[in-house]
Amino acid sequence: MTSTTPRKKLTTSAMIASFADPGQRTTSAPFGHALNRLAEQRPEIVGLSADLAKYTDMHVFRDAHPDRFFQMGMAEQSLLGTAAGLAEVGLVPFASTYSVFATRRAYDFLCLDIAEPNLNVNVVGALPGLTTGYGPSHQATEDLAILRGCPNLTIVDPCDSVDIEQAVPALADAPGPTYLRLLRGAVPTVLDEYDYRFELGKAAELRTGRDVVLVSTGLMTMRALQAAARLEADHVDVAVLHVPTIKPLDTEAILAAARTDRLLVTCENHTVIGGLAESVAATLAFNGVGTRVVPIALPDEFLAAGALPTLHDRYGLSTDAVVARVKAELGDGDAGRRRPAAPPAVMPADPAPATA
Amino acid sequence: MTSLTTPQAAPAAGDRAERIERIRQAAYRVRRNALDMGEVQGQGYIGQALGVADVLATVYTDQLRYRPEDPHWPDRDRFLLSIGHYAIALYAALAEAGTIPLEELETYGSDDSRLPMSAMASYTPGVEISGGSLGHGLPVATGMALGLRHQGNGARVFNLLSDGELDEGSTWEAALACAHHGLDNVTAIVDVNALQADGPTAGVLRTEPVTDKWRAFGWHALRVDGNDVAALVDAFDELRAHRGSPSVLICDTRIGCGVPLLEGREKAHFMRVEAHEWQTARTQLEEGLAR
Repeated sequence: MTSTTPRKKLTTSAMIASFADPGQRTTSAPFGHALNRLAEQRPEIVGLSADLAKYTDMHVFRDAHPDRFFQMGMAEQSLLGTAAGLAEVGLVPFASTYSVFATRRAYDFLCLDIAEPNLNVNVVGALPGLTTGYGPSHQATEDLAILRGCPNLTIVDPCDSVDIEQAVPALADAPGPTYLRLLRGAVPTVLDEYDYRFELGKAAELRTGRDVVLVSTGLMTMRALQAAARLEADHVDVAVLHVPTIKPLDTEAILAAARTDRLLVTCENHTVIGGLAESVAATLAFNGVGTRVVPIALPDEFLAAGALPTLHDRYGLSTDAVVARVKAELGDGDAGRRRPAAPPAVMPADPAPATA
Repeated sequence: MTSLTTPQAAPAAGDRAERIERIRQAAYRVRRNALDMGEVQGQGYIGQALGVADVLATVYTDQLRYRPEDPHWPDRDRFLLSIGHYAIALYAALAEAGTIPLEELETYGSDDSRLPMSAMASYTPGVEISGGSLGHGLPVATGMALGLRHQGNGARVFNLLSDGELDEGSTWEAALACAHHGLDNVTAIVDVNALQADGPTAGVLRTEPVTDKWRAFGWHALRVDGNDVAALVDAFDELRAHRGSPSVLICDTRIGCGVPLLEGREKAHFMRVEAHEWQTARTQLEEGLAR
């Protein structure tokens, strides 16, 4: 083999690599600053973390309000139980850790201590879905699937810093428990360019389009907007319906979006099982709407470690991948007309048996 | 505020012998209440209820600040039952305390009753948390104690655990947190009846030496015979005066205590009592009080 200059491989880098594109506008630690602004108005706001204040932007609150921050150590069951106790005596806690720990490790405590008594505890989970290259131990690819079945719980998957800044006071105002899929660090700022305000439980149509509607949540709304702009250049008219609240779902907006002859594609930073795609599909089926749902989501598998851009490309979350998927569904050069269903790339029709 | 609403807010004020006798009488009624409820179902966690009756009688008659007619009074001491299956014992104590009407006990475990088999806060006045999934009480107590201290509220937080519950890792997470945050408004009570669902604690998962473990975690720990009212009173008084770290009272109790018929019974974790035995049990209980 003749030698050429080897291409430099991307590396995993930090645990929490920013998923902002090079040159993209970002806002630093929007959650921590939003919590600080809220805390100045509401003395009952308190914060706690499980040895991850620095990695969940909670350190911004901790440094501004040290007497209202409680360090619980690396003990997530205790974190959520303690948050429940704080709420029981009338405080409004925001408890932060990584999503994997809040859901997989401490679910019983979220469910029974927080959700069952319907307490105003706000659980803040960083690294939702595929936002770290550290592999399955840190990738909360099924957090929505775990939590959607939990009664009383409100679930929010914000797109960007604007969403987070507006969601924080809304979550505190909501009387019951909430779970926020946190984007932290240098968070892209996108939605300020649109006529948008976060409203708990409401979807927002960020752009209209006649050929395709992308129903998206979380950071995938950013990708959906980018993909829509790219497809516009190819004369494909793409609408984007942003669904920041996963539960309760804005079923009216979803049904309205589906009751057209557009191609309906869901986009989420989560496994194809139990997240937005299935929520939308269930909404349509329960209402007798037969529109096909094309799911752009993570596959039902434990994901690889590596650099985030590589992984987003590999697993279909990059803007390129979204554009390619939509084009494939429409059929090349056949914009605006739907083709018969191709099997979804991410979900095998006949999963391999577990004992293979 | 009447003396009923804040029984023994300053326990030292009462004569010790008088206090002990009052608790002994209360413990008798708690046991009788538990037997009455047990008879409704014919089986259940009767053995544990009889075993822990002296502890609950001491707490509710002598230690806890509360208003039976206002279970959400913000300044109340909190009593958290993490062992939800001890509901029968807690209801027996809450009836004695006046928080729930005595005549309601006969609805125990029935459809639409406020007294379900496993205690839940949303069902029953005076029940602070929904226990049952073990290892939740102490973490929630930690939050309540942190919050009350933050608010400048002097109320105390009690958490009744079982020795089996010491198997749960979350109990020890919270034990670390209480000690780390210096929560001297927390009092844990561990009912060591040495029995779990699958058999004796020593065979299921050894938890001894229990006292040493709590001390190693930074707690002020005492261990007493949990069926000796005088010892309980002295221990609770000492714990109340302690400052700077959380306290734990480890109580060795006897399953079925107060009813000889049930004390030595096999399969005591979820005890079956025959229909004709309930009256015998009540008679034995009464004889014990007279002694």
